[in-house]
Amino acid sequence: MLSVQPRIESAKLMAWLSPFIAIALTMLASSLMFVLLEVSPIKAFEVFVIMPLSDSYNIGELMVKAAPLMLCATGLAICFRANIWNIGAEGQLLIGAVVSSYFAIQAGEDAGIGMITLILMSGVISGALWAAIPTALDRFFKTNIILSTIMLNYIGLYTLLWAVHGPLADPQGFGFPESAMFADAILLPLIQEEGRASISIVIAVVIAIITGITLFKTLPGFIVRVYGEDKAAARYAGFSSNKVVWGVMLFAGALAGFAGAAEVTGPIGQLIPSVSPGYGYAAIIVAYLGRLNPFGIIISALFMGCLYMGSDLAQIELGLPTAITGLFQGILLFFMLACDFLINYKVSFKSKALPEKPVLPSSADSELVTNSDSNK
Amino acid sequence: MKFNKLVTAAALAVNAFLLPATQAADDPLKVGFVYVGPVGDHGWSYEHDQGRLELEKHFDGKVETTYVENVPEGADAERVITQLAKSGHDVIFTTSFGFMNPTIKVAKRFPKVHFENATGYKRGKNVGTYLLSTYQGRYVSGVAAGMETESNVLGYIASFPIPEVIRDINAVYLGAKSVNPDIKMKIVWVSTWYDPGKEADAANALMDQGADVIIQHTDSPAPLIAAEKRGKMGIGQASDMSHFAPNAHMFSVRDHWGPYYIDTVQKIMDNTWKPEDYWGGFKEEILQIVSVNPNLSDEIKTAISETEAKIKSGEFHPFTGPMNDNQGNEVIPAGKTLTDEELAGVMWYVEGIDAKIPQ
Repeated sequence: MLSVQPRIESAKLMAWLSPFIAIALTMLASSLMFVLLEVSPIKAFEVFVIMPLSDSYNIGELMVKAAPLMLCATGLAICFRANIWNIGAEGQLLIGAVVSSYFAIQAGEDAGIGMITLILMSGVISGALWAAIPTALDRFFKTNIILSTIMLNYIGLYTLLWAVHGPLADPQGFGFPESAMFADAILLPLIQEEGRASISIVIAVVIAIITGITLFKTLPGFIVRVYGEDKAAARYAGFSSNKVVWGVMLFAGALAGFAGAAEVTGPIGQLIPSVSPGYGYAAIIVAYLGRLNPFGIIISALFMGCLYMGSDLAQIELGLPTAITGLFQGILLFFMLACDFLINYKVSFKSKALPEKPVLPSSADSELVTNSDSNK
Repeated sequence: MKFNKLVTAAALAVNAFLLPATQAADDPLKVGFVYVGPVGDHGWSYEHDQGRLELEKHFDGKVETTYVENVPEGADAERVITQLAKSGHDVIFTTSFGFMNPTIKVAKRFPKVHFENATGYKRGKNVGTYLLSTYQGRYVSGVAAGMETESNVLGYIASFPIPEVIRDINAVYLGAKSVNPDIKMKIVWVSTWYDPGKEADAANALMDQGADVIIQHTDSPAPLIAAEKRGKMGIGQASDMSHFAPNAHMFSVRDHWGPYYIDTVQKIMDNTWKPEDYWGGFKEEILQIVSVNPNLSDEIKTAISETEAKIKSGEFHPFTGPMNDNQGNEVIPAGKTLTDEELAGVMWYVEGIDAKIPQ
């Protein structure tokens, strides 16, 4: 039998080193894979790590990819910090995209900054309203937020499909499911001359920084963290649970809605059925890789963006199929999580004499004993 | 902009290491392919990849190909197409409608690269479009299914209400009606091109409603497998699907892109390429009837090959007037045949189809 126990003192230094150890282990393990595929590992790492940063176009694309991940993950991290399992960023993003597209297709080339603001704000508000549905269900009827947010993701997707086939479809589009291209005047201003990176990445970084400061240095941030660590303590301190839940959910919804609006008025430039290749779900991984810390999320979003881009580049440069890229990404995430786990927990073969139980704040489930058949 | 300068400087420094060699004049022509699905989808993307391999084989060393599979039709498509153009590809085939606008955008920035978009309708100075005359295969499917059915109900699994799909639903109905006046058609919309689970559900729903021949406008073999399980019949889509359902499989209408890719690349080598709207069918052998089930009755087998031959020779065109839509309006006057351009805008059901086009 294997026994898994939290380490009594978690090593601060190791916690910081963990991502680097994970990367080193990934390089070792995937080198083997690349050698078996007769691809030089050095060339492979160059494609996955260096090429996404190799010229201004690629760096711009990295930011295009990272912006929606960063926005969604920042919102999700705050929810997760408060122990509220909002899995609904995808749906909130899609609704933000649909509603902002409704305004965007009506704008002409003479539209000004006011119209851009209206379009973006409509995305923000609709995303927040979409998140308000599961929040209200939770507050008034005690429904499970995980389930209701997941289900609303599907409703969001079908709302998008309905809109793009019907009311928002391009009248000159031969019935193809997409809106007309938006007027150039309402597209988000770009921050580079050759490429597609727009102000949305700047906004995403600024929001992440402000959120980080709020979370760690202000009273509202403190309340959220206390509420997440121990509801009873938060109640005892007189913090309102309604305020926390509504606050973090609406915040996350607003950010995801903004991400949706910024996708359609940014790199895509029209409403299409596949606005998001699953940004709302990938953001969950980004949030955890960034250790639910908005500053960490800035890095982890860029890192995930890099992995996605490496996937295309590996196909073009090395002729590797997508499955291999998936494997590479899987190995990396596996080591990341494994390193984190082993730094915080100790694994040992269980002897007859039980080691002393460490006393932890949330001690209810501090001992996880897993029955590992594979170990026999 | 300061940021840009910084980025450019960094890029130059890195590039100095990464791009040592420039292309020589007699280097092979580089051809890139962008697929919406995985190469192993046994349908749409698989057949494009077969075309790519045929192209490579035909030009033996003079052409070098690259493909990127599973490319989402969102913001990512533009990046993938740009990266192919940037890495020195002379010709880029983007094989899905959803790549149309990204292709147009990238083509403007790379005027020397040739672009070809499958099933789109926007063209440019260096962007052509290409499409299958799938309605020809559908008409043959309709004839065969109309003869095979015992319940006189055909099931159609439709993807999206776009002209291609509407046109093909009409073609199946016209084919079936020509041999079976009592024919009825049930249509289920699945809003996907590839989703084995949904496609199987749709096939089962259609069979529950009495359909005994299933025709699919989606790419997975799941509907055929569902038909096989229940002892009904089906027709393979895009590639040869006979091995998935040896009994249920009547025949497959195969997309055969090789000749088109070879021809296009040859034109580019000869400098005679022009952006066109290409339609290929039986005549061009871009569309083929393959693996006819030997257990079909001789009558049906003959009807299949005769109908195919008549369409191939141009003797017969499925969309020939007089023809009314199911609202009673005349859509094709007597003696007239729809041109490819007119076929591209078909958004009506032919008289007799008891259904409405979803909005």
